[in-house]
Amino acid sequence: MKAVITVIGHDTVGILHKVSGICAECNANVTEVTQSVLQDLFAMFMLVDIRNLNCDFSELSAKLSALGKELDLSIHAMHEDIFNSMHRI
Amino acid sequence: MLNTSDILETIRMIQDECLDIRTITMGISLLDCCGEDMNRVCEKVYDKITTRAEKLVAVGEQIETEYGIPIINKRISITPAAMLCAAAKGGDPVLLARTLQRAAETTGVNFIGGFSALVHKGFSAGDEALIRAIPQALSETTNLCASVNVGSTKAGINMDAVKLMGDVILEAAELSREQNFMGPAKLVVLCNAPEDNPFMAGAFHGVGEPDCEIHVGVSGPGVVRSAIEKYPDATMDKLADIIKRTAFKITRMGQLVGTRASAMLGVPFGIVDLSLAPTPAVGDSVAHILEGMGLSVCGMHGTTAALAMLNDAVKKGGVMASSSVGGLSGAFIPVSEDAGMIDAAVSGVLTLEKLEAMTAVCSVGLDMIVIPGDTPSSTISAIIADEAAIGMVNNKTTAVRVIPAIGKKEGDMLDFGGLFGSGPVMPIRRESAEKLIARGGRIPAPMHSVKN
Repeated sequence: MKAVITVIGHDTVGILHKVSGICAECNANVTEVTQSVLQDLFAMFMLVDIRNLNCDFSELSAKLSALGKELDLSIHAMHEDIFNSMHRI
Repeated sequence: MLNTSDILETIRMIQDECLDIRTITMGISLLDCCGEDMNRVCEKVYDKITTRAEKLVAVGEQIETEYGIPIINKRISITPAAMLCAAAKGGDPVLLARTLQRAAETTGVNFIGGFSALVHKGFSAGDEALIRAIPQALSETTNLCASVNVGSTKAGINMDAVKLMGDVILEAAELSREQNFMGPAKLVVLCNAPEDNPFMAGAFHGVGEPDCEIHVGVSGPGVVRSAIEKYPDATMDKLADIIKRTAFKITRMGQLVGTRASAMLGVPFGIVDLSLAPTPAVGDSVAHILEGMGLSVCGMHGTTAALAMLNDAVKKGGVMASSSVGGLSGAFIPVSEDAGMIDAAVSGVLTLEKLEAMTAVCSVGLDMIVIPGDTPSSTISAIIADEAAIGMVNNKTTAVRVIPAIGKKEGDMLDFGGLFGSGPVMPIRRESAEKLIARGGRIPAPMHSVKN
């Protein structure tokens, strides 16, 4: 069971560190990361394994949203099924 | 790894284009709650609904967080309440309405639908008592919806019921005057009503359905609008293809949410209703899709053709995306709930006659239309008869949800608030249809109903 974390916004120091920090706190294993910085715009997609979370998925999601607010970034954590069902037949 | 542009597309649809799951609706059969004593029936109804739907809202909220997709409403549809009134002879249907309101409050759902009667061929025991109790029931409750099916392609149109509904709608308006005429806004008169519809106000749980099941209603006019905007010069067939692709994606999401909810609640999955259901929010309008196709204002010549293509493309795209498509499925054209329709009606381009023509090709009918408060009941009945005739002859669902705004005249605005929106009082024909409506009886089923 995996979730997709997306982070979009202005590039600042330590975004990857802070996001992966929250994943570690919740025991979500990061399996893939792609990241790009176009001019000032930072975009990162993370695939994390959420089978062994030590908290509810809603808690992980809430922590990431709070970080997004703090850093003025748009951060979403969504179950990978929604992307698979929408874009793959 | 997933394609990043696919991920961004999904997020954009949800964040910027108002894509949402409009409703998860649990259909519950109340046939096993029948009995002769209405008080005992009410107890059984309350127990069954609150037990079956105990976790409905919590599960809905959990899915919302998991998938990051808003689920706007959690609802319940029940066996048409007239059937419970049939057994409990002489019992007051309003008692049942109060019980349903209490059950809605306990479970935390937004609406319970099914304070309904199916009288397309005639009234049976309980039907007339329930219909006459609708105005009182709706004025005493906030989360209850009522519907009456007055016609079908197989049975014809029950003109006695059509006549009665004109009076019932006026009385519902009168009794809910203090509540901004919310009574008639929660009451719909249908022809060919589907038995698995998750959308209000016409939702009820048909007798052919299982004991309990989960339906999902998806929405997304904003997504379709933004998809077609990218192709300003595409031909209509190309446009239809783009709409099909978009409807497919939206419906897949509905299917995912429905199967997940059904597994979590331990009840069978019913259908996905892939309807373009607008809201008054900016960017969530069906009228704006039609205008995006090239109409300067929704309601002008060409609107019916554009809507016919949209409605058909939505169905075609959705059918492959779901194991079971049902309900109303297509494009809704409510006036007060759609920002573009409101503007078009205020400008005078969108008229009741044009809306009637549009209902021949959209998925439902005349919806959320505010009419002058001094409209005679026979004229309301005549509007219902016209709509039912379109539905009966064209083998489709049609409906009428009009709100007589007592004390208001043409051009005044009526504001319901929330998803119900606001609308101008629209002009109606002032000539009389009283003699036609007074005839009563039944319009026989059309020739093509004899298919066997």
